[in-house]
Amino acid sequence: MAENAPADFYRTQENPGLWEHRGKVAAVGIGHSPTARRWDGQASTSIGAWAMVAIRNAIEDAGISPSDVDGLVLDRSTTTGAWWPEGDPLPEDVISQFQPGIEPFDGIAALSSEWILNNMPELDNVSFSMYGPGCMSNVICVAAEAIGRGLANTVVLLKAWHNFPGRYYQGGANARPLVEGPAVWRNPWGVSAATGDGWTFQEYMAKYGKTHDMMAPFIVEEKKNGLMFPEGFFAQHRPDEVTVEDYVNARWIVEPMNLFDHDMPIHVAVAYVFTTAERAADMAQTPVYILNHGTTRPKFGLTQGLDNAEASTDSTGRKMLDGAGITSDDLSFENMYEGFTTFHNYFIEGLGFAGIQRGEALDLYAGDISITSDKPVSPSGGNQGGGRTRIWMHTDTIQQIQGRAGDRQIRVPAEIGISGGPMPQGGDFTIWSSTPD
Amino acid sequence: MPKQSPVPDELTQPFFDACNEDRLVVQRCNECTELDGLLMLQHPPSEECRRCGPHGTLEWHEVSGRGRIQSYVTMYDTPVASLQEDQPFNIAVVELWEDKNALFLSHLPGTPVREVPMGAEVRVVFEVTPANGQKVAEWEVVGD
Ligand SMILES: [Zn+2]
Repeated sequence: MAENAPADFYRTQENPGLWEHRGKVAAVGIGHSPTARRWDGQASTSIGAWAMVAIRNAIEDAGISPSDVDGLVLDRSTTTGAWWPEGDPLPEDVISQFQPGIEPFDGIAALSSEWILNNMPELDNVSFSMYGPGCMSNVICVAAEAIGRGLANTVVLLKAWHNFPGRYYQGGANARPLVEGPAVWRNPWGVSAATGDGWTFQEYMAKYGKTHDMMAPFIVEEKKNGLMFPEGFFAQHRPDEVTVEDYVNARWIVEPMNLFDHDMPIHVAVAYVFTTAERAADMAQTPVYILNHGTTRPKFGLTQGLDNAEASTDSTGRKMLDGAGITSDDLSFENMYEGFTTFHNYFIEGLGFAGIQRGEALDLYAGDISITSDKPVSPSGGNQGGGRTRIWMHTDTIQQIQGRAGDRQIRVPAEIGISGGPMPQGGDFTIWSSTPD
Repeated sequence: MPKQSPVPDELTQPFFDACNEDRLVVQRCNECTELDGLLMLQHPPSEECRRCGPHGTLEWHEVSGRGRIQSYVTMYDTPVASLQEDQPFNIAVVELWEDKNALFLSHLPGTPVREVPMGAEVRVVFEVTPANGQKVAEWEVVGD
């Protein structure tokens, strides 16, 4: 029975020192399922079925046999915010087509390690299994640490997101006349998921004299990069470019954040294969070595505010670069999270990416940040370019360093990259490299 | 604007009782305040002092009802059904005058959307919510 990774799997220390397993763990395989806006109710497109597609693709990509895999690290939660509607009958016709897991929604709205192993008998050598709850960023930290510590040799990593019909957040507690619990401080004022980031960005604009329109070049570039990502939702289903005019005229959701500052939930599964640096040498793909992984924990409170966003991303930048033994100049590109676009700036300022300081990210966006520039910004296109997964940043970073990012391949040598998220106030991050030292 | 009505629980009852008497109270940590000479206030309330944790004893403390606008947004697409008719509307973050770590939300009644003065002084007012009559703290910009 798999459990959540213990706290000491995450490198949260302020001055962590070089990661003791630096360069000894490598990514060697990538597997994506198709994408869909929402699940269509068929067994073959259920999140369980697509998780198996992603895992099989990743194993094939690494050029290994399923029996070579001895570890499985995943996030058992698959929700994008959508839950199986309360009181609706379970889709028994779909469930009956799979081996059972350990919970009623396994394979439909959750994925336990038992469900995966029961439905993939070819994974017959898995002796280590662990959860990295949150998103792929957590799963990567846990898998890297597990291999580094010798708990497993060759690990499949999995993160899947189910999406069901219907609009989120609109029913339930938000439709009732009374409110209880911690929501009493927020709900009566009608806050949405993005409201906190809206407050922070408003403070940012006021402090540094910036405007929302200055975000436009970043969004345009993200969308462009996303359309060059064949695994992504928009490249597959809505291949439309977004112009500066589209962005500045888009409807406000919660000003200063408009439609294009929000990401769109999709249905997808993604898997990777990680192994030791020694074993990676014999596999099909160029290994991408992990120089460091690190974690910043959010503080709790009604809002986080700009002071805290800046302090937290300073801390993330410091601990990631120091723990990898590099400086920000060594980063060939960056893929920090942008699931609300207006917080990507705090991350790259905290890293000092392309030599910028606090308050300068939007000025950087005004120059060349494309894949042909000297310092490409978010070549993955992120959630904006690919749909809500918090995964494109990692897939792209691995592909860039392997030199197989296709049309998105950056023009400067892709030697060292950074990816991770989700929140500026807290998240999990990885530094990747073409060489182990 | 017809806000959802809060249902107080054990932790929040003193705050909401005070609102119903048009008084603003927040948690104060006695240890931080008396031993370290800090006026350590916090809001929303919690079980522990955010500075000294389980060492602190928290007491409800009446405050001036003055504050400052830390930030704001204009909401066009709220998930809360009862407020949708009034869109767009302000949602501001208000810092308490005595301690900027004590935070409240506000619709800033009387201030038109997109005319919110960042950093301006505000004062508390108490507003009745329709479903159960519970009052909540709201904030108005102090005129010049
Ligand atoms: Zn205290």
